[in-house]
Amino acid sequence: MTVTVKAAHAAASAALLTLMLSAGAHAARTDVTIGMVLEPPNLDPTGGAAAAIDEIVYANVFEGLTRFGPDGAVEPALAASWEVSEDGRRYVFTLQENVDFHDGSEFDAEDVKFSIERALAEDSTNAQKPLLENIADVEVIDTFTVALNLAEPSGDLPFNLAWGDAVMLDAASVDTLATAPVGTGPFRFDRWVQGDRVELVKFDGYWGEPAQLDKAVFKFISEPTAAFAAMMAGDLDAFPNFPAPENLVQFESDARFAVVVGSTEGETILAMNGREGPLADVRVRRAIARAIDRQEIIDGAMYGYGTPIGTHFAPHNPAYVDLVEQSATDRDAAKALLKEAGHADGLVLSLKLPPPAYARRGGEIIAAQLREVGIDTDIENLEWAQWLEQVFKGHDFDLTIVSHTEPMDINIYARPDYYFGYDDADFQALMADFAVETDDATRTELLGEAQRRIADEQVNAYLFQLAKTGVAAAALKGLWENSPTQANDLTRVHWED
Amino acid sequence: MIAYLARRALVLAATLVVASLVVFTTIEIVPGDPAAYMLGLNASPETVMALRRELGLERSGFARYLDWSTGMLRGDFGVSYTYRTPIAGMIADRVTVSLPLALFALTLAIAVALPAGLLAASRRGGALDTAVMGFTQIGIAVPNFWFAMLLVLLFAIELRWLPSGGFPGWQAGVGTALRALILPSIALALPQAAILARVLRSALLDTLGEDYIRTARAKGLSPRATLWRHALRNAMIPVLTIIGLQFSFLLAGAIIIENVFFLPGLGRLVFQSIASRDLVVVESVVMLLVFAVVMVTFLVDLAYAWVDPRLRR
Amino acid sequence: MRLRSLIPGALLVLLVVVAATVSIVWTPYDITRLVIADRLQPPSATHWLGTDQYGRDIVSMLMIGARTSLVVALVAVGIGAGLGVPLGLLAAARRGTLVDEAIMRMNDLVFAFPALVIAIMITAVYGAGAVNAIIAIGIFNVPVFARLVRGAALSLWTREFVLAARVAGKGTARISFEHVLPNLASLLVVQATIQFSLGILAEAGLAYVGLGASPPTPSWGRMLAESQTLVSIAPHVALFPGLAIVGAVLGLNLLGDALRDWLDPRLRHAR
Repeated sequence: MTVTVKAAHAAASAALLTLMLSAGAHAARTDVTIGMVLEPPNLDPTGGAAAAIDEIVYANVFEGLTRFGPDGAVEPALAASWEVSEDGRRYVFTLQENVDFHDGSEFDAEDVKFSIERALAEDSTNAQKPLLENIADVEVIDTFTVALNLAEPSGDLPFNLAWGDAVMLDAASVDTLATAPVGTGPFRFDRWVQGDRVELVKFDGYWGEPAQLDKAVFKFISEPTAAFAAMMAGDLDAFPNFPAPENLVQFESDARFAVVVGSTEGETILAMNGREGPLADVRVRRAIARAIDRQEIIDGAMYGYGTPIGTHFAPHNPAYVDLVEQSATDRDAAKALLKEAGHADGLVLSLKLPPPAYARRGGEIIAAQLREVGIDTDIENLEWAQWLEQVFKGHDFDLTIVSHTEPMDINIYARPDYYFGYDDADFQALMADFAVETDDATRTELLGEAQRRIADEQVNAYLFQLAKTGVAAAALKGLWENSPTQANDLTRVHWED
Repeated sequence: MIAYLARRALVLAATLVVASLVVFTTIEIVPGDPAAYMLGLNASPETVMALRRELGLERSGFARYLDWSTGMLRGDFGVSYTYRTPIAGMIADRVTVSLPLALFALTLAIAVALPAGLLAASRRGGALDTAVMGFTQIGIAVPNFWFAMLLVLLFAIELRWLPSGGFPGWQAGVGTALRALILPSIALALPQAAILARVLRSALLDTLGEDYIRTARAKGLSPRATLWRHALRNAMIPVLTIIGLQFSFLLAGAIIIENVFFLPGLGRLVFQSIASRDLVVVESVVMLLVFAVVMVTFLVDLAYAWVDPRLRR
Repeated sequence: MRLRSLIPGALLVLLVVVAATVSIVWTPYDITRLVIADRLQPPSATHWLGTDQYGRDIVSMLMIGARTSLVVALVAVGIGAGLGVPLGLLAAARRGTLVDEAIMRMNDLVFAFPALVIAIMITAVYGAGAVNAIIAIGIFNVPVFARLVRGAALSLWTREFVLAARVAGKGTARISFEHVLPNLASLLVVQATIQFSLGILAEAGLAYVGLGASPPTPSWGRMLAESQTLVSIAPHVALFPGLAIVGAVLGLNLLGDALRDWLDPRLRHAR
């Protein structure tokens, strides 16, 4: 008798459980918790350079006239279409209609004028003001048409407008942007628990295709171990830029997770201060480039994630020229070059390293590699503020390792006073030509020449392109694989059943 | 006693004023520009200057010190350079994590150390004494961040009993919030409990060897009563010192633990602010911590005077 | 004397000191050569404790790390006691006067400052490195000794043998050093050992957050920091530096205990 009752109980429980599970399975999750390493100082993408700001708000809360797609292509956003004049000096944008800001006000050409003029103002703290300085004036033609008149012809304008620093703002909400961002995106800002997380919720009045998530939480976890623990414990659903590549193999072997490795715009380089001293001699720079072993650095510091580069350009970009072999590892050649330059007895150089793992780990590995050819390095670990002060501003360094993550930033080599001090008039002329060139074929040609120049001159030792190593729950789809700009675009993210 | 109190209070006030000067000057000499840090690699010098002006960084040091110190008296700690929000609010948020954490850890430590120290001292030389001393030896020797790593590995990753870190906020419920503080508190409490137990035992043994104890025993007082009534009271002096030290350490010294468990506490706030050169925050938080410690010391001194009447003047 | 504490304590300390000393002239492997291909190997016949994430031999790393830890902790505690004990004695002898007040206020001031925060700031200004770690740890040892000595000495000053010495005409300095100090010896020894082991822990803690000796000089704390993310793949890399710290600190504490028993006059007479 007892056995039958027990069996009946068991059957009932099983049935109930199956019922609950299947009922649960039909309702896919609509919330997501994303992990991030750095917390943004504020939420205004037009007031500062912290990548962390864009990582939360780009494409989610704010939109610009144009935007970057997942593969880096420039796509229309708040500008439905645009036309360029013959001389490349005038762009007429036709705007999307029926677009509302999160506070209810409508988006129109006046907002475009306001946003751009604010970015270009005298006292503007917009970090990418130079990108927009070419805009001489903004002309409102009618409610949904606006023209941008440029000082110089430029093929770059749609690209420059896609940056997070050029998003469209509403005059009414501009004063509280830093803590209560108001944009036109598919998500609106809900709350910010400082030190812990930012919460976004779906904006029901969005003009375009609505998001498939109701809620998105960005959690800030700066310790790589804590990040690992949080993912494994299920406290996070995704970590798009997981900081510890050594743990990826554990995620890969766990069916609950999917590891997606893509590319970024981060050229990681061993920058050499070529202003004066031994590094002003191109032979010494070439020696250093041949003393290091890129693959060993990629394996040792990044656990195999990363693509070797031979010049300051992203390999996934169609205009890329593969110059890796030119400075392939050749320790004998390196020693010969050093001897030729008069340093047969060896050299001592300072190596100042900012906080990221690629720099700290890469630095120790490079130090050992350079020792093989007689170059001793004095390693100094700096935090970002010190690095900015000493290396970037003060130029007080010999070697440093840093990753330049802005897209298409080869033009930094045209700045004579940039921290590594490369001052070449021909190169500057080349970049000036490029800036005003609108024909694609010519642009590619000019880029190729630029890449070859800086590789031949060995301005810096080009190490590798930073990989985007993202971990996510296996059922979460729609996250970007690559990182053409630093953003976590959640517009197409959803849970699969 | 009143005169003693009054004098000490006056000294307290003077200490705080001197402290504020020291805090301000030592932190202001830290090189690095918060505006440059905020604007990044590609910003132009004009933009950086514009931001510096906006943040009020271009005013003289003296003007800024006056603003800041007088503001603090009103409870206004200034505005953070990076976050642009009032620091008082930020501190209040962080204190709701750091203070409970420190108290939780201290309570755990005392709860473990007091009986352990007493037992060890009263059974001196016996098996229990050896066992307690053995454990405390190991407890002191273990780096708390390593211990935290092991705790997370076991309880959060393997067993999933407790969260791996983070703080859900008190609104999520007292129980849930406390759960998030359990592992960090244990990690913090272990070495503190070990130290406390040892100091208590050592102080008790010293006291127990004193003449007046022998007199008490000779008069017929039981070992237990001797321990409680005479020895403990006198042994409390060094113990109180240590507890006071530990509390102040726990408030700010939990930086590493707050990092390991990504808790939004005061320690992490200071750490991040130093990194981003948000010096106003650093100054205000350090001043607050200094204030807390000076207060605790004041209270401990009062406790000294109560415990040992010979110390009152 | 407690042999139970003495023998294991002395052995552990001896191990650490010998390892540190020998490392000056020899280590099983040269740690300036990184062999990425050999990384994260578990303990074996060729590498007794395995290799780290760069292929370096862990035994060699620990030996040189011992040097760093010992030197930093020793000098720091030396600074602390060297400055703190005389200050504490002076304060107790001149109790209630301006000197006493001044010393105690300075003490409170240094005490009041959150040690780790100041240490981080010192390195932000002057750069990371072993010397700055020593200064940072040393500064915070001074008030510990001063306050402890003053507190304990105060009680002693009211004792009969001190009063007797005063009646006999001895000056405060002599009394402090001849009568008060010896009676504090056991307390000081215990405290100094605690501070020394705390010094090793502090150095590990600072190195852990990146403020200890700069690479490529090995440091136990930095080894722990770098091994954290690897703990589930290669636990030995996180285990051994941690054990080294525990071992060194434990050994010092056990040794200190034995020393305390030896120095305590009351125990001596009881034997």
